[in-house]
Amino acid sequence: MKKSILFGALAVAGFAAGGAAASTLDDVKARGKLNCGVTTGLVGFAAPDANGEWNGFDVAVCRAVAAAVLGDPTAVEFVPTTGKTRFTALASGEIDMLARNTTWTFSRDIDLKFDFTGVNYYDGQGFMVPKELGVTSAKELDGATVCIQTGTTTELNLADFFRANNMSYEPVPIETNAEAQQQFLAGACDVYTTDASGLAATRATFEDPTAYVIMPEIISKEPLGPLVRHGDSEWGDVVRWTLFALVAAEELGITSANASELAAGTNNPEVNRILGTEGDLGAMMGLPADWALKAIQTQGNYGEIFAKNIGVDTPIGLARGLNAQWTEGGLMYAPPFR
Amino acid sequence: MTILTDPPEEQFRISMLLSDTRYRSLTFQGIALVVLIFAIAYLAGNLIQNLTQAGLSISYEFLFKPSGYDINQTLIPYTSQSTNLRAAIVGVLNTLLVAGLACVTATIFGVTAGVLRLSKNWLIRKLMAVYVEIFRNIPVLIWIIIIFTIMTAVMPAPSAFRGEDPDSTMLLGLFAFTNRGVYVPGPQLASPLFAATALNWFLVVLFLVGSWFGGRALGTWATAKQEATGVRPTTWYWTLAIWFVPAGILLAIMGLHWQIPALKGFNFSGGIKVGGPLIALWFALSIYTGAFIAENVRAGIQAISKGQTEAAASLGLRPGRIMNLVILPQALRVIIPPLISQYLNITKNSSLAIAVGYADVTATLGGITLNQTGRAIECVLLLMLFYLTISLSISAVMNIYNNSVKLKER
Repeated sequence: MKKSILFGALAVAGFAAGGAAASTLDDVKARGKLNCGVTTGLVGFAAPDANGEWNGFDVAVCRAVAAAVLGDPTAVEFVPTTGKTRFTALASGEIDMLARNTTWTFSRDIDLKFDFTGVNYYDGQGFMVPKELGVTSAKELDGATVCIQTGTTTELNLADFFRANNMSYEPVPIETNAEAQQQFLAGACDVYTTDASGLAATRATFEDPTAYVIMPEIISKEPLGPLVRHGDSEWGDVVRWTLFALVAAEELGITSANASELAAGTNNPEVNRILGTEGDLGAMMGLPADWALKAIQTQGNYGEIFAKNIGVDTPIGLARGLNAQWTEGGLMYAPPFR
Repeated sequence: MTILTDPPEEQFRISMLLSDTRYRSLTFQGIALVVLIFAIAYLAGNLIQNLTQAGLSISYEFLFKPSGYDINQTLIPYTSQSTNLRAAIVGVLNTLLVAGLACVTATIFGVTAGVLRLSKNWLIRKLMAVYVEIFRNIPVLIWIIIIFTIMTAVMPAPSAFRGEDPDSTMLLGLFAFTNRGVYVPGPQLASPLFAATALNWFLVVLFLVGSWFGGRALGTWATAKQEATGVRPTTWYWTLAIWFVPAGILLAIMGLHWQIPALKGFNFSGGIKVGGPLIALWFALSIYTGAFIAENVRAGIQAISKGQTEAAASLGLRPGRIMNLVILPQALRVIIPPLISQYLNITKNSSLAIAVGYADVTATLGGITLNQTGRAIECVLLLMLFYLTISLSISAVMNIYNNSVKLKER
């Protein structure tokens, strides 16, 4: 009697384990909500505001995908992940996509079985030091104590940089950005290192941001982008082309303000195809015809998202740099929509 | 004439497995075992199947690849080009270091506080009660962070030692207390006997072990003399000589001198650095667990009947000797078993090290290596194995000690 109950329970568990491999796109549609992994809080990229609403550059990508798939940018469940938990959360299916300043690397793409769906921010690792130290170049940091946020590519780049320049340093690995910041401000480390965008975002929250300088050296390439699980190409395509739609929208001059107007029909066939008035790009992906329209209407194009969250007019004050459109000397380049 | 025969041999029948009380419990245990094995096999099979489905496999190859990251406190030589395995070993040693240090100091804190809690002095008694209640009722992670934060905020940064008229100066010109750690003079050997530094120090330790045996022999001799003549010979200067002369001569031959830390660039260099994270973790673990040990000690002492104290007093022993010679040895029987679990707690709680950036095994193998290689299951299994091994070893050693002090029933 007892045995049969046990085996029954095991059988149910077995079916449940087997059933998890359905298509993510169908899962998201059935659930009516997108589970999106973000940071535990990095102002400008992903942080809850005073009302508990998540906002930021990475959050906008999540919301754009939710708008494209479900037609509702608020149908997102944000799952805060640390540098440690993010990959497990994605691999286990707890989240559908990860938009968390994650650097696209070979081993993450191949060995960890993820698919990077593009780059939404071209970054590089930098160093921040107090101005009073009088350091002007990262090459003068021999013997310094360096605070690092653990669980990132940062540690490896740092080790490589100091080794390549034949310098020594003492690492202080810290679990979260907030704690690392506190150590740095107390002078327990001379240098704080992470992605240059992260440094700018962190510095913006300091009491006196002008007392700290960011070194001119960028010691690594950090293409940050959203990623999904390997092996579900349909879902990967949805995330990839939603991101491309935002980039292409900026290039073609589609903004959140004029998107509805342009959706009535224009002379530019590519604009029409993106906004769903010509062709059936949405249907090819299993999405409604107005998928990109919804995403652009609610979040704005790539340039608008950048300016609103991390641009020069925000406290974070990042210039476009590499993240400008290819027509303006940057690297943002969307393949043709046809 | 009667023939003695054996009683008829009982036939074993299958039904006896259930009906006979001699076999019934075995039957059920057997069934439970089979079910357990199947359950574990099912779970393991499910894991492997799901991993294969996701295109992943269990592999420990990453252990032998370069780790690529640096560690701030390494007891053995280590660079970012060393393997992940070596990084894990560095972490293991760091865990053992902080756990060992904390076990010693927690015992000292605990025994002191436990004994003082029974003091006749009202103020001391209450102070110890406050210590115990405050420290054991706040989670240890909070204590670790509080102590580390206070340390980094209160102590000066190394830059405060710089300049003609610095804000901070070194204590006696020898010790530097900074918010990155404490720098103390380090021993250096000018003319070592062996090329490997460790071997030289091993030789010194060997000499000290020899001195310990010498000291014991002296003690045995003095006791024998005392029993024969009734007068214990004065031996303290002999003991001192046995301890210090051989090791002193050896160190003099090897040319011992002290290297004093000096500010160079961003940090102090030279001497020995005791890192801030180590100090904070060590102190927090000691003072937190010390509060628990204090309660064990108090319970142990109170378990000894009052008659023992009175009997000892009537023999003319002074209160200090009553405690040391009569009460504590008996109390140990009650104190040791819970003390074992406190030592295990210290070892396990040391895994909170990452909160202050101390590179223990959870931070290296279970933190950075896990992250950089993405081999979560493998790393966590290894970690579990490590903590299990170390806890069982501590438990085994302490049980042996417990057997040696427990009441011998004859």
